[in-house]
Amino acid sequence: MSIIVKPIVTYKGVHKNFGDVEVLKGIDLNIAPGEKVAIIGPSGSGKTTIIRLLMTLEEPSAGDIYVEGNNLWKMQRGNKMVRANEKHLRKIRSDIGMVFQHFNLFPHMTVLENCVISPVEVQGIDKQTAKKLAMEMLEKVGLKDKLDKYPDQLSGGQKQRVAMARALVMKPKVMLFDEVTSALDPELVGEVLEVIRDLAEEGEMAMILVTHEMDFALDVADRVLFLDKGVIAERGTAKEVIEESKNERLQEFLKRFRS
Amino acid sequence: MTISAISEIFPVLAQGLKITILILLASAVFGYFMAFVAGFGRLSRFFIIRKLSGLYIEIFRGTSLIVQLFWLYYALPILFDIHLGNDFWVGALAIGLNYGAYMSEVVRTSINSVAKGQKEASIALNMSSFQQMRFIIFPQALRMMLPEFGNYLIQMLKATSLVSLIALKDILYYGEIMRSSNISMAPTIYLLILVFYFIIALPLIFLTRKLEKMSKKGVASQ
Repeated sequence: MSIIVKPIVTYKGVHKNFGDVEVLKGIDLNIAPGEKVAIIGPSGSGKTTIIRLLMTLEEPSAGDIYVEGNNLWKMQRGNKMVRANEKHLRKIRSDIGMVFQHFNLFPHMTVLENCVISPVEVQGIDKQTAKKLAMEMLEKVGLKDKLDKYPDQLSGGQKQRVAMARALVMKPKVMLFDEVTSALDPELVGEVLEVIRDLAEEGEMAMILVTHEMDFALDVADRVLFLDKGVIAERGTAKEVIEESKNERLQEFLKRFRS
Repeated sequence: MTISAISEIFPVLAQGLKITILILLASAVFGYFMAFVAGFGRLSRFFIIRKLSGLYIEIFRGTSLIVQLFWLYYALPILFDIHLGNDFWVGALAIGLNYGAYMSEVVRTSINSVAKGQKEASIALNMSSFQQMRFIIFPQALRMMLPEFGNYLIQMLKATSLVSLIALKDILYYGEIMRSSNISMAPTIYLLILVFYFIIALPLIFLTRKLEKMSKKGVASQ
């Protein structure tokens, strides 16, 4: 039995060029509310670019991206669709959050300040409420005792957990994870994955994970996309993609990963 | 060089202390102001503002300060009948415009060298361009600017001595007056002038060092 749900994110024929290099060559994709999607694939296949387009860090060269049915990069003016301005982008992207490979914490602010700046300044929530919310999220990632520390006083794993709390405070409906464990020392990867697993189990938030942690991704994800040379070469449940796919490039990729 | 000579010269030079310090303060305030105006101008979305800022910067960096000073002092009133009020403001304006041009490059490069990830994180937190600059980029860029601003302040102090050439009564001016009537005292007079400038510069040197230490914290640079 399948229930038809309105997708929270839709990609329609999305292309992206960087100069002469075509990184994405037509991406079509629906993501359901609360769905966990892992994107795997060789480096340079365009994995990160897919989510950067959704976060409005890059603009698509062609095609459309919709968030809850609203076109992200185009807006209506009169009866024409024109390139979105910042006001439009901010309205549509308010449902999206992102965690980065290199954390990108604000080094001139404490952990708590990192977490409250946007709720207060962007969402207009009063300081006390924002602080309470931030503490709640920091507790969730196990860092309630680090409120007044600065980012350079934290380990890589702690930084990444703060970055997650900071993104969570904004209550996004879709959270993007861009190779969030790639910059971490091996012994710190576990604590970050654990937090992501907890978030996945809570279930409300859709998650798109670009990752090299293959086993983890397959475990957490409802659906796996294998991206190769700018197209989605294989898609399905983890089991379908990993065990049943006949795609040679995928087999080769997995073999290299497992060895 | 005797103690009596020093005690004779010292009070004369000290008369110029006030003008030297006031010129320094006025040109610093004006210079920093121009640095931000032109520095942000160079980063503007608007072509014309970028070009105008660039033009100002290249003209004032590319010509000599002393000629700029003479230009404002002698040429402007004759050519355009523009009188910039008293000589004090001509001096402060010339030094401020000149150093503002140099320091605007400090402003621009500091803003540009805040790590790209900082902007991306603030976009991901849905900040507007203005909020990104105000809360995230500028506070970090300012930390990088401060030590450079300190260095330029020391240079501006030394540049203030040029205003003696438009008859402003600063330390060098009094020294020159004294030397012209006591040519044999020239070595002592110039030595004491150097000492004066060095003493004023000392706190600025310490300030700059302190700023350097401060600026190492709390910045993500590329």
